Amino acid sequence: MKRTLQILLPFLALAGAAMAQDILINGAGATFPYPMYSKWFDEYHKKNPHMQFNYQSIGSGGGIKQVTEGTVDFGATDGPMNDTQLKDFEAKHMSGILHFPTVMGADVPVYNLAGVTAQLNFTGDALAGIFLGKITKWNDPEIAKANPGVTLPASDIIVVHRSDGSGTTFIWVDYLSKVSKEWETKVGKGTSVNWPVGLGGKGNEGVSGTVKQTPNSIGYVELIFARQNKMQFGKVKNSAGVFVEGSLAGVTAAAAGAVKEIPDDFRVSITNAPGKDVYPISSFTWLLVPEKIADAKKKAAIKDFLSWMLGPGQAMTAALDYAPLPKAVVAKETKAIAKIN
Amino acid sequence: MGAGPKPASSFLQRLKGGDEVAYLITCIAASTILALTALIVFELYHNSAASRGKFGFAFLFSSTWDPVNDQYGALPFIYGTVVTSAVALLIGIPLGVGAAIFLAEMAPPKVSEALTFMIELLAAVPSVIFGLLGIFVLVPILKWLEPAIRAVLGWTPLFSGPFYGVSLFAAGVVMSVMIIPFIISISREVILAVPNDQREAALALGATRWESTWDVVLPNAFRGIMGSVFLALARALGETMAVTMVVGNDPKIKASLFAPGYSIAAVIANEFTEATGEMYTSALIELGLVLFALTVVINGGARLLVAAGERNKT
Repeated sequence: MKRTLQILLPFLALAGAAMAQDILINGAGATFPYPMYSKWFDEYHKKNPHMQFNYQSIGSGGGIKQVTEGTVDFGATDGPMNDTQLKDFEAKHMSGILHFPTVMGADVPVYNLAGVTAQLNFTGDALAGIFLGKITKWNDPEIAKANPGVTLPASDIIVVHRSDGSGTTFIWVDYLSKVSKEWETKVGKGTSVNWPVGLGGKGNEGVSGTVKQTPNSIGYVELIFARQNKMQFGKVKNSAGVFVEGSLAGVTAAAAGAVKEIPDDFRVSITNAPGKDVYPISSFTWLLVPEKIADAKKKAAIKDFLSWMLGPGQAMTAALDYAPLPKAVVAKETKAIAKIN
Repeated sequence: MGAGPKPASSFLQRLKGGDEVAYLITCIAASTILALTALIVFELYHNSAASRGKFGFAFLFSSTWDPVNDQYGALPFIYGTVVTSAVALLIGIPLGVGAAIFLAEMAPPKVSEALTFMIELLAAVPSVIFGLLGIFVLVPILKWLEPAIRAVLGWTPLFSGPFYGVSLFAAGVVMSVMIIPFIISISREVILAVPNDQREAALALGATRWESTWDVVLPNAFRGIMGSVFLALARALGETMAVTMVVGNDPKIKASLFAPGYSIAAVIANEFTEATGEMYTSALIELGLVLFALTVVINGGARLLVAAGERNKT
């Protein structure tokens, strides 16, 4: 017994010392940026072995809830917190919460149209009309006029949307709300909405699976998902009148185009942003960091991570198919890090 | 426990014999189940206060589900849950009980053992696998079968309207495959448990093999078979993953089984993680409460029916 203790004691002491230095930071939230975040946290941990970030991808809604409850050190969300949620947070913590855009994502329209191999063009009016159930045939003039030279069938359009609450849906309906007054008043925006028409598929894979198996259907999926599964998707007309295919460059251009309108709290939607290279159905995804962090070590770690994420971190985005932030946004965010105290 | 004062020596004796200990332990086990159920109901009731307060009983009869404007109603989900479970039982009971009779009464013992083993394997398949099979295998088959179904049953409103593959019907069929193992496995056991004397007596009276099975063995095993059906029904009502993958997830009430629908368990699984705002989460939790009540009502109703049927017979 004594012998065992003699052998074990140094290890126990070591473990104790390591525990005293190790900083564990917990976060929770959005699933869309999860592959990027886990890569970042992993790389950052390799560089700073005593700092460990733990991230649970429980969904944006859960992320906002948990950071407000104070059960995690930071949250993450695909849609910015609304004013009520900000007030809730302030009432609980006596200080505010900051939004930090990290990477960007986009939605693309996918379709299954027998006999049509050409890449289709969609105007905002066409997409809103289809998802409102007002445009019901594929050869509707609103679709046809954007696709000269393509013979569209006279068949009924079958709409497919997400059935689970999701940031992907938020981006899609946020865009539709901007291009269609009727969508804004009738349906509105949120992670789940009351869809006027259509079938619901669970997850990106549910939507793409349903579209693949249902002739004459149209749905929307995350750009990364469409690229990684080599799906064909349509071009969308941006506010400058150009039909643009969803791409990482087009998404970054959307943030650059909207940079003048980005407020100091970064709570901004960049769908339908101005600029001729802009892909219009794009969005930021955010980290939610409390303004006041009581634990000095945690505060230093989070600030250091944020600067690293805006620097070397951004170089890792393309490998995972995420669109990096434009320089102007990075500069603006770097300044905002100082607000954490 | 409150059986009045007992002589201490007798209590000690019984304690030594182990009866009191066994009583206590099994009683704790049983009350744990009761306490757990009560806790679930309490939590569901407590956390759905906001939604209950705002919508009251109208929650059960409204068919609007609009998270953007915080308007919630449970009717389309209740409808979808009941209809998919009914389809599953309509397909599952004849197939399941039929298979159980074959395995218990007709098949050679070796075949019966082998098949039973495979059926129990089927019961262990995770429901997401059934869901994927549903999307990629069953739905295309149903689409291929659609003209035939329409030709035979198209005149009823149940099989009218456009068919996209994903539908209440597809969900019911997938669920029937999932509940059949429960029905077969339990029904087979209870049929096997019917004493051989009964069969021999029937045969001795000149009954054929089938007459002895149908008139003697099955009535004896009836309660057990119904028990298997109740278990299957409970599984069907609460099934989530497989249903959401093939049901179409559209909260609208349509008479046609070919139309897409939605179920209570599916909407909770789909929307709870991203639900923000008190009213939204509260409404989803109230849906859980509704599902609980629905299960109690349907299961209780079915049990009463069975009890009434048995009283009529005697």
